[in-house]
Amino acid sequence: MDNELLNYTLRIADNSLILGQRMSEWCSKGPTLEEDIALSNISLDLFGQANGFYSYASQLDGNKSPDDLAFLRNEREFFNQQIVELENIDFGNTIVRNFLYDSYNFLFYSSLKNSKDDTLSALASKSLKEVKYHLRHSKNWLIRLGDGTEFSKQKVQQSLEDIWQYTHDMFSMDEIDNKMYKLNIGINNSHLKDEWDKIIDETLLEAKLVRPEDGYKAKGGKNGMHTEHLGFLLAEMQFLQRAHPNAKW
Amino acid sequence: MQNNILTMTEEKFQIRIDKEEKIEPKDWMPEGYRKHLIRQISQHAHSEIIGMQPEGNWISRAPSLRAKMILLAKVQDEAGHGLYLYSACETLGISRQELVSQLHSGKAKYSSIFNYPTLSWADMGAIGWLVDGAAIVNQVSLQRTSFGPYSRGMVKICKEESFHQRQGYEIMAQMAKGTSEQKAMAQDALNRFWWPSIMMFGPNDSDSPRTGNAMKWKIKRKTNDELRQEFIDKTVNQAEIIGLTIPDKDLKWNEQRQHYDFGEMDWDEFWNVVNGNGPCNKQRLNHHKKAHDDGQWVREAAKSYAQKQELIAN
Repeated sequence: MDNELLNYTLRIADNSLILGQRMSEWCSKGPTLEEDIALSNISLDLFGQANGFYSYASQLDGNKSPDDLAFLRNEREFFNQQIVELENIDFGNTIVRNFLYDSYNFLFYSSLKNSKDDTLSALASKSLKEVKYHLRHSKNWLIRLGDGTEFSKQKVQQSLEDIWQYTHDMFSMDEIDNKMYKLNIGINNSHLKDEWDKIIDETLLEAKLVRPEDGYKAKGGKNGMHTEHLGFLLAEMQFLQRAHPNAKW
Repeated sequence: MQNNILTMTEEKFQIRIDKEEKIEPKDWMPEGYRKHLIRQISQHAHSEIIGMQPEGNWISRAPSLRAKMILLAKVQDEAGHGLYLYSACETLGISRQELVSQLHSGKAKYSSIFNYPTLSWADMGAIGWLVDGAAIVNQVSLQRTSFGPYSRGMVKICKEESFHQRQGYEIMAQMAKGTSEQKAMAQDALNRFWWPSIMMFGPNDSDSPRTGNAMKWKIKRKTNDELRQEFIDKTVNQAEIIGLTIPDKDLKWNEQRQHYDFGEMDWDEFWNVVNGNGPCNKQRLNHHKKAHDDGQWVREAAKSYAQKQELIAN
């Protein structure tokens, strides 16, 4: 059970860290100064969440520190969903990715806060407060961009089409998920789908955007199957820890 | 007659300044005072904003979760400082858009220190310790500046800057007692950032054309050389404590002056970097312009959306 709980916790931590890393790439590149600050803030929230979940994972692991878990695992040992590792590309693309993921993440934490596992429950409650704000942020921007200019509308519609394939895996269940769900520790992802659809459809309507058709469904992030983007992200993020294995920072 | 009235008003203004009254945005002020403030505050704001880049360069590579969060929070603080300062500047009758255009055209400057590259993690330490350390010395004195919004902005900024300086010093201290490679990185960072840091205070008083009025109007409270000496005096000991060597062979305590003597700065380099010929001048400005250009469609969309909402509301 401990191994499965560890794996389950790492999935959550990895999602937060990798999205946090992506959001931190916006620092000094935001479309306005206010937005630059907002994007950094979201990144900071996500790093804080990652830190919380890694600390718990570190306890469960018994050997590795939170930093070991973040900086010394390879691509195939990262269990985040693929959607969070996608490159930012541009502001619209980031907003679309975040909106699709934040909507899920909000529902995920809303459910995980009822976990029988006290630590996961506490971490979920804390994260939920922040993710509510993240969702409000990405949702409002999606509406502005969708219902802004003709150019912005086309741009975010294209981003929606591009990213849609990465949304399906958020609702999948594998053996670990099933086991955690049975023990009332984890949640049933597939149960989030209806609520998620509702948030997405309502927002897209308001944003005057069209929900993409389902096509290819990317999967496997939580089992260590990733896009080509993750390797570069990790190479950069882990460089100092890897280059100076005996150093303390 | 006209001139007489103006002179009388200037006299009254100077009396207010001499009584240490704060000047507020809607108060009468000499045109020269307004211009000086716009130049100084915008330069300060631009420095905060351009200063995000050299440190932003290491956020993705920060070596621990804690280091990553601290660095990102610090860079975010700088964005916030830029925001207060732009706002303070706007009270003087200039828009943020104009200020940014002046930055892009090269009319407005920012601190030259940010035109140096950050080449190792130790540079995050050196910047916090030395660059923010130097900035604090200047900003502490600016808390008493005569223009109200600038003075109040400085009070808030100083609180955060002293946290920045401590985090930088912590990185340096940690690296200086770390592996031999870490110590070498720390010393190298100090070697590269020392002289540019002490040049942050600007030219010597004898070569600083604007100091006169700025002191009279109490915009500046201490001269460049006084501030530089203060910084050096407090920093030498900090370097000794962590076992790093300041790269100045002329640096020594002067018992008579009760200050450290120090070597001559390379003023050719200083003026070169100020005038656009430093290692990263082009890179920093291009980065800022690119972010601004890339954000154009987003700002347009937000504006268009807001206009539509307004139409609906009416």
